[in-house]
Amino acid sequence: MSQTNDAFAKAVPLDADSAVSVRNVSKNYGDVEALKNLSLEFPRGQLTSLLGPSGCGKTTLLKIIAGLLKPDSGEVEIEGKIISSPGPDRSFVFQDFALLPWASVLRNVAFGLELRGVAKSEREAIAEKYIKNVGLTGFEKAYPHELSGGMRQRVGLARALAVDAQVLLLDEPFSAVDEQNRRKFQEDMLELVRGENKTFIFVTHSIEEAVYVSDQIAILLPRPSRVSEIIRPTSFRGTGKENIRRSPEYLDIVDEIWASLRNYVE
Amino acid sequence: MNRSLLLKLLSAVIVFGAWEIAGRVPVSYAFPTFFESMYALGVMTFDGSIFTAYAETLKPLVIGVAISAFFGITIGLWVGLSNRFEWLFSPIFVVMQAAPLAALIPILVMAYGIGLTSKVFVVCIMAMPVIVLNTASAVRNTPASIKDMGKSFLASDRDIILKIVIPAASPVIFSGLRLGISAGFIGAILSELKITPTGVGDIITYSRSIADYPSMYAAIFSIIVLAVLFLNLLERTENYLFEGNNRGYVTD
Repeated sequence: MSQTNDAFAKAVPLDADSAVSVRNVSKNYGDVEALKNLSLEFPRGQLTSLLGPSGCGKTTLLKIIAGLLKPDSGEVEIEGKIISSPGPDRSFVFQDFALLPWASVLRNVAFGLELRGVAKSEREAIAEKYIKNVGLTGFEKAYPHELSGGMRQRVGLARALAVDAQVLLLDEPFSAVDEQNRRKFQEDMLELVRGENKTFIFVTHSIEEAVYVSDQIAILLPRPSRVSEIIRPTSFRGTGKENIRRSPEYLDIVDEIWASLRNYVE
Repeated sequence: MNRSLLLKLLSAVIVFGAWEIAGRVPVSYAFPTFFESMYALGVMTFDGSIFTAYAETLKPLVIGVAISAFFGITIGLWVGLSNRFEWLFSPIFVVMQAAPLAALIPILVMAYGIGLTSKVFVVCIMAMPVIVLNTASAVRNTPASIKDMGKSFLASDRDIILKIVIPAASPVIFSGLRLGISAGFIGAILSELKITPTGVGDIITYSRSIADYPSMYAAIFSIIVLAVLFLNLLERTENYLFEGNNRGYVTD
């Protein structure tokens, strides 16, 4: 507990400027208020998690940032520009992978570039590179049904990286992946955030996952949906991926978040 | 020899064996044995009469199936993509599918005469509804997440239809085509029995009237063989075009 308070006290004001700003966004589905007057800043080059109980509107918020849904009011600004539709500055990783079952791994990874009209040889060269980066070399000709869940999501991740967007949106990317693969993914995410100078927005319902991978955690609470707090872990980021789960601050933050979320779990 | 071929052969032997036994019992005076029918088919093949007959039967069949496949898929895509078109077209095809065709044939004959046009109509009425309705429901059930994926990776509406909706719908479109085309074969024979006896329908009608049952069954057998061969060809085309699709969806 004291550790967490400590962390809040020491929390530095955002020196990194925001890559994505969400301002006063509201969204209703009929009579249901999914989001109400929600504002949130996403610092450039960092990973921000949206965490909350189901029905808190975290996926809705992500889809609004992606441009797949339109907010009823409010605006989303990305790199200084107000957006209203999907753009080349963002790419998306889907919970259910959203791969084309009739296309090989190579074509799936290159699909974003194909839609942008990149020539075949060029886009395949780029795709090869990212297939190698996610560790799927040798599976270029395979079809999605021949891959395990973890490998399928690696294809989804490679596809999102291949278009070289500044902002990566991940919608519960590891929830359909088995536990061991998920851990590997979480470790890889840390390296990815360090290695690529991109902004990551990560929706998850796993508290441990959020604390493990995030630079900033936004806790969303439902009815009406709002950002209840923003947590920025400080002490364990630099300590190496093996040590994170043993850090007292990690454990305190996990407990803290659970304490504030438990009332909202039916 | 591989197992599936062996099983296919075995099932053929069982069916034809049962046919031979039923013919020898005999179940009915009008039911020839398998070998008698095959002999009759051999005779018709060597004197060429079966080929002349098919030259006649294939005309309405091929034209009707081609029209049904082309317009069926096009209209089905429209109906699946737009609610207004669904409103407009869906009831027509549901009625067409449920209509007692044999009762409608006299109306067709009054309107279009006894020639090729009426026969093509019969083939289309049999084949088109299932193609349209299957295509429409396949298009409507394209997984939302892969359409979202297309949009988020900047696909135009045209890209989404050509690169996502149609390939995703193709297994169900093809199963509609298979059902539609087999119905088209039935329609072609029905039209030759009900409108004017030509081609294979003529062989069936004529050999029945002179009690040459082996020839009658040989003609029926030949049309079934042709339909099966054609459907196999269609399946191969499908597997060739959409290789990864034949194991279903990744999220299944």
